[in-house]
Amino acid sequence: MLFRFLLILFCFISCQQISKNEIRIGEFGSLTGGTATFGQSTHKGILLATEEINAKGGVLGKQIKMITEDDRSLAEEAKTAVLKLIKQQKVVAILGEVASSRSLAAAPEAQKSSIPMISPASTNPAVTQVGDYIFRACFVDSFQGEAMAKFVKNDLKLSKVAILKDIKNDYSIGLADFFEKTFKTLGGNITSVESYSENDIEFRAQLTSILSKNPEGIFIPGYYTEVGLIARQARELGFTGGLFGGDGWDSSKTLEIGGKYVENSYFSTHYSSEDPDPSVQGFIEKFKKEHGVVPDAMAVLGYDAANLLFDAMTRAGSTEGAKVRDALAGTQNFKGISGNISMDPDRNAQKKLVVQKIENGHVVFAQSVNP
Amino acid sequence: MDQFLQQLINGISWGAIYALIALGYTMVYGVIRLINFAHGDLYMLGAMAGYYSARFLMDSGGSAAFPLVLLFSMVVCGLIGFLIEKLAYKPLRAAPPVAALITAIGVSLFLEYGGQLLFGADPKFFPTLIESIPLFETGRFSMTNIQAVILITSIILMLILRFIVLKTKMGLAMRAVSFSHTAASLMGIPVNRIISFTFIIGSSLAGAAGVLVGLSNPKVEPLMGIMPGIKAFVAAVLGGIGSIPGALVGAMILGILETMVTAYLSSTYRDALAFIILILILIFKPTGILGKRSQEKV
Repeated sequence: MLFRFLLILFCFISCQQISKNEIRIGEFGSLTGGTATFGQSTHKGILLATEEINAKGGVLGKQIKMITEDDRSLAEEAKTAVLKLIKQQKVVAILGEVASSRSLAAAPEAQKSSIPMISPASTNPAVTQVGDYIFRACFVDSFQGEAMAKFVKNDLKLSKVAILKDIKNDYSIGLADFFEKTFKTLGGNITSVESYSENDIEFRAQLTSILSKNPEGIFIPGYYTEVGLIARQARELGFTGGLFGGDGWDSSKTLEIGGKYVENSYFSTHYSSEDPDPSVQGFIEKFKKEHGVVPDAMAVLGYDAANLLFDAMTRAGSTEGAKVRDALAGTQNFKGISGNISMDPDRNAQKKLVVQKIENGHVVFAQSVNP
Repeated sequence: MDQFLQQLINGISWGAIYALIALGYTMVYGVIRLINFAHGDLYMLGAMAGYYSARFLMDSGGSAAFPLVLLFSMVVCGLIGFLIEKLAYKPLRAAPPVAALITAIGVSLFLEYGGQLLFGADPKFFPTLIESIPLFETGRFSMTNIQAVILITSIILMLILRFIVLKTKMGLAMRAVSFSHTAASLMGIPVNRIISFTFIIGSSLAGAAGVLVGLSNPKVEPLMGIMPGIKAFVAAVLGGIGSIPGALVGAMILGILETMVTAYLSSTYRDALAFIILILILIFKPTGILGKRSQEKV
């Protein structure tokens, strides 16, 4: 009896998902947890891309079905989410994650099962080094770190800078190293390197040590969750110099928590909403109509990553892992919202970067840097 | 030297927060010999209550007066602490201590994940109740008004607590219950009511700590209570669990040590330090700095 029941159950499970008229794609992201705005923004971008392509008739004549898993901003959950997508939901490709630590935790599973995975926004170089099925729709930290170091040294003319990095975060450590290397090559002086851990709320001890060396600026390659508090405490301790960071700052929460304390700070990111390009402005209009807010960089990258994947499937004429992988690797001059994307041999997107400034409570465009 | 003094101030204002949480731990332990692991989450609930009441006050036009928000949080936390004791711990009073301990862990997880469901898991920005201005600044040495408010509020609350425990009838009853439940009830002391009272006081102190942390580090989220809860437990053990001055001393030592380790070694060692202290204390002086076996305990 039990055996028969299990047999029926098994049949039910294995039958229910096979629908010939859809392409199942998995998405995993931090919809809740510490870095929830990252996951929610990319999710909105991916949804918009999916709706658009389905309205146009889908890919290869089939509708796209996006299956989303929440990893609660935890690396161990990210791995489980991807396993679930591959084994239970039988997806043919995966989109995710923003945070490098979580992409790194999940990528080996996709690689093992030969499922192409595109990370919208993980900038740590190690992510795509996991294997030939792992791609990204953004630039890497070597480019971002170098660009920020050059910007601080050559444009802002600062030569004494301290670094405060998140020691538990692959993205933060990588970005800090690239920044330090380039800044020193340019003749700058790194006065000190201090660290904190994700979810900390008290940074006064590190900041007091940093300030005792009299830096002209502090580079904080962290996430928006901590950046606002760090800026606040640095100003309270009497620091008047500049604060800089990377794309981890790109969230409305940086301004909300940081308030007037993050004024006149600069950070590098993937796109600027002030870009006059008609395709960018068109996207912003559509996004605003759908979600009521101006998209941040993570939403744009989610949108671009999804479209990169649809484009590769169309060119491959198939959803088979190996073919989609080869098509993705051959991407040249794909017109994304965050710039023209070409895949380099290491499966990293080559494209421009923008430096943004926080001014009068708004994020404004400062500079754009080409690779 | 300036830098050292600055770090000392950082450490003391951080220690004051640990102290408020540690006091609740120590009181509850003193009276019913239960380590209330849900105590760190009451601190989170205090911050959340502060967050919502301050938002409400600001939205409805009135200025969110800090004392009002503080009082509201303390009342909410006191009430929740009271309910926790009645619903979760009281039915287990006769059970072996380990049953109550495991229940405490359960209550803690319930509050953490129930909090995620109720408040959402993303961090919230605690409204600015007091604009931060430097009180004094000499070279590299500064202290803000918020740090001063934290320190003064903590000291006032501790003095009130001390007064209640040593000078009131309720305090006398608490000390009697802590000495022996049976003997106290034979003397006509309403033991259950005294235990409820202890939970209310301890929980409202945690609520106050939540609001104070919201002032100086304005980011609140449902899991914010886990680490401070554990650290405050270490502080209470360090000072001698069950002893009120001990909790204060332990918390200050821990706050200052953590700050100094972060400042002069590395932030990576900071969390390890608390647990090394816990292990060393349990091996060499399990009664803590001020705890004595037969001392009056509350």
